[in-house]
Amino acid sequence: MWDYFKLIGLGLVAVLAAIAANYARDLAYQVNAITMMLAAGIAFLYVLRTAGDPRPNLQHEYFDGVIRAGAIATAFWGVVGFLVGVVIATQLAFPQLNFEFLQGYGNFGRLRPLHTSAVVFAFGGNALIMSSFYIVQRTSAARLFGGSLGWFVFWGWQLVIVLAATGYVLGATQGKEYAEPVWYVDILITVVWVAFLIAFMGTLFKRKEPHIYVANWFLLSMILTVAMLHLVNNAAIPVSIFGSAQVQLYAGVQDAMVQWWYGHNAVGFFLTAGFLGMMYYFVPKQAERPVYSYKLSIIHFWALIFLYIWAGPHHLHYTALPDWASTLGMVFSVILWMPSWGGMINGLMTLSGAWDKLRTDPIIRMMVVSIGFYGMSTFEGPMMSIKAVNSLSHYTDWTIGHVHSGALGWNGMITFGVLYYLVPRLWNRERLYSLSLVSWHFWLATIGIVLYASSMWVTGIMEGLMWREVDANGFLVNAFADTVKAKFPMYVVRALGGGLFLTGALIMCYNLWMTVRAQPQRVTRHSAVPAE
Amino acid sequence: MCAKPVKKEPRQVETTGHQWDGIEELNNPLPRWWVWVFYATIVWGIGYTVAYPAWPLITAATPGLLGASTRADVAAEIARVDAANAEIKAKLVAADLNAIEADADLATYAERAGSAVFRTNCTTCHGSGAAGFEGKGYPNLLDDDWLWGGTMEDIYLTITNGIRNTTDPEARYSEMPKFGVDELLDETQIGQVTEYVLGLSGQDNDAAMATDGAVIFAENCAACHMANGSGDRTQGAPALNDAIWLYGGTREAITETIYKARFGVMPNWNARLTEDEIRAVTFYVHSRGGGE
Repeated sequence: MWDYFKLIGLGLVAVLAAIAANYARDLAYQVNAITMMLAAGIAFLYVLRTAGDPRPNLQHEYFDGVIRAGAIATAFWGVVGFLVGVVIATQLAFPQLNFEFLQGYGNFGRLRPLHTSAVVFAFGGNALIMSSFYIVQRTSAARLFGGSLGWFVFWGWQLVIVLAATGYVLGATQGKEYAEPVWYVDILITVVWVAFLIAFMGTLFKRKEPHIYVANWFLLSMILTVAMLHLVNNAAIPVSIFGSAQVQLYAGVQDAMVQWWYGHNAVGFFLTAGFLGMMYYFVPKQAERPVYSYKLSIIHFWALIFLYIWAGPHHLHYTALPDWASTLGMVFSVILWMPSWGGMINGLMTLSGAWDKLRTDPIIRMMVVSIGFYGMSTFEGPMMSIKAVNSLSHYTDWTIGHVHSGALGWNGMITFGVLYYLVPRLWNRERLYSLSLVSWHFWLATIGIVLYASSMWVTGIMEGLMWREVDANGFLVNAFADTVKAKFPMYVVRALGGGLFLTGALIMCYNLWMTVRAQPQRVTRHSAVPAE
Repeated sequence: MCAKPVKKEPRQVETTGHQWDGIEELNNPLPRWWVWVFYATIVWGIGYTVAYPAWPLITAATPGLLGASTRADVAAEIARVDAANAEIKAKLVAADLNAIEADADLATYAERAGSAVFRTNCTTCHGSGAAGFEGKGYPNLLDDDWLWGGTMEDIYLTITNGIRNTTDPEARYSEMPKFGVDELLDETQIGQVTEYVLGLSGQDNDAAMATDGAVIFAENCAACHMANGSGDRTQGAPALNDAIWLYGGTREAITETIYKARFGVMPNWNARLTEDEIRAVTFYVHSRGGGE
């Protein structure tokens, strides 16, 4: 019965998408509609062919198929995102690489949102969905809720990524940083995200453990808050239902404030809270140590989610934003410092008594360095939110460096650690193919991040100082082009750092591939739900 | 929040008694330094919001005890610089353009102000070093090859009214005929006159074609570019007998120029710059090396 509803729904989506493609007012919309039609058509065929097949009762097993797919998607989109990052970093150093024959489609302006969305939402998003599903099942001792809902979340999210990415290149964007997807992609994101929430919450509801583990608080706060941010920031009216253009509901400084309330908390809840959830499960597992302090985890969790949501205005210091909003943004950001560090303390101190593993276990090393970068960027962030510092750092490459020490160092490294942890377990392999390749990955990535962050500090502070340099009569000394010229060598260093990071990720992919292909099977299975 | 001393050895601390997939949690107290730094930032935050504009009320926000305002700060800073420069600015507006250089203070000011104006408004076309873009139609301002004249007055007029724009009736104006597009000359004739023009600047050319080209040049081009190709500044006709080319001096570039003509436009800066700024940037351009 349920299959018939699915078939009707998918068929309807395919037909409507075909109609939309026919009436499309712009190329991006047309390509997106055709993609949608194909996706719904393939899903239709799949449901049709498997309709009526007997469904084995899998309640005694964890739902790990979707997590295996998530691990593959995380590694794949990671490499794509890093590669586009290296391309645009090189384009900034050598503008000739904005090739004329690409007719603008391959320009920095089109590729930059492709890079940010690929790493944040495709790489980071898949990492979060994958580890949420893994963690919530293990710590609840229950199979993922909702039958094949997990597959809908997974494939829906990949569809979002493909629609958004092709849209950017073809010119469909609503021009909001980190919220570029246009209105119909936003609707799809909402549907997928709500399904994610249902699968996650449902699993928590049917848990066999009396308490909810701390990692799940962080993951749930991430899912709920991102839903709220997404809905408020993307409020817009489409110009036509057959086109990708839309008009924002807010205007002027209100629009800017809503955008950065969203943008800051996308960092706060997607890249901080969500990844802290990953840390709270995988670090104690890999270190085989208890979490350092239950009290600290409660206090820093509530302090973090209460304070983070107010810190957005620090992105708009010295703009049309009123002074009072600016003050509050700065004050909440500075108070946020210790709650952020609570996670770092709990992560690092969990290793006390197991520090010797740093020598022998490159995965622990990766996790520790990621927590270190987390601590560094959550100190740097509050510092940069101080108005006097921000007047120097704002609009400069320092911001880019800050974001990347967080994204490459914290999000990237912890995700690599999680992939190394998960792949042998998900595919029932005895161990990783090569620990020395993990070490290679570790060093390449670490050196890459250091090159990236330090080159951006140098150019950022340099260009900040050049911009504000005035002569005795109050005239600016440097033109913008002077700063661009002065930054050239550091841009090359940055691209080099990104290249090392990408190389490390490719080594990881090879290592994980060989683990699945060539390592012997484990005897005991990981995927059985423990009996009551 | 209690703050008992943290024990070094985690094994001695009890766990909370729960276990999830093998993970336990120790009951360690909050690290003391963490608590105190957290309290300190909160106390500082409250103090800061008392001192600065912070809490939104119904009609306005609390102004803060210090009366701080970023907008007022900017206005005061601009007023301070304006007041400091007022006297010398008035002197610049009243001065004879050619007398600026002799007055050291005035020259320094005009150089700095002109540099700022140039970097903000002119570098887009003329380059940050004022060397233009050879072959792209953006003239080099460092040399003594001027289209419309290189004296102070000439430069001043060019900047003020611009060239071939539609926004200022006083703009400098001239228009080269589109010899090819409008079929004033046929392909052969354009080829011949191209060879002649190549010869004017001493480049290799087809002597036979150039002989025929000379006649065409005299009839069609010499009125503006002069019989010897020296150009005419009164109508912005470039010199053709030197090695400096606005749109390129190759055979192909010259043919293209004759075929479809060129129409370089410069905005009238009187719409955007004040008198003292125009004078300053005039002085700046004039003193780059090519001023006459």
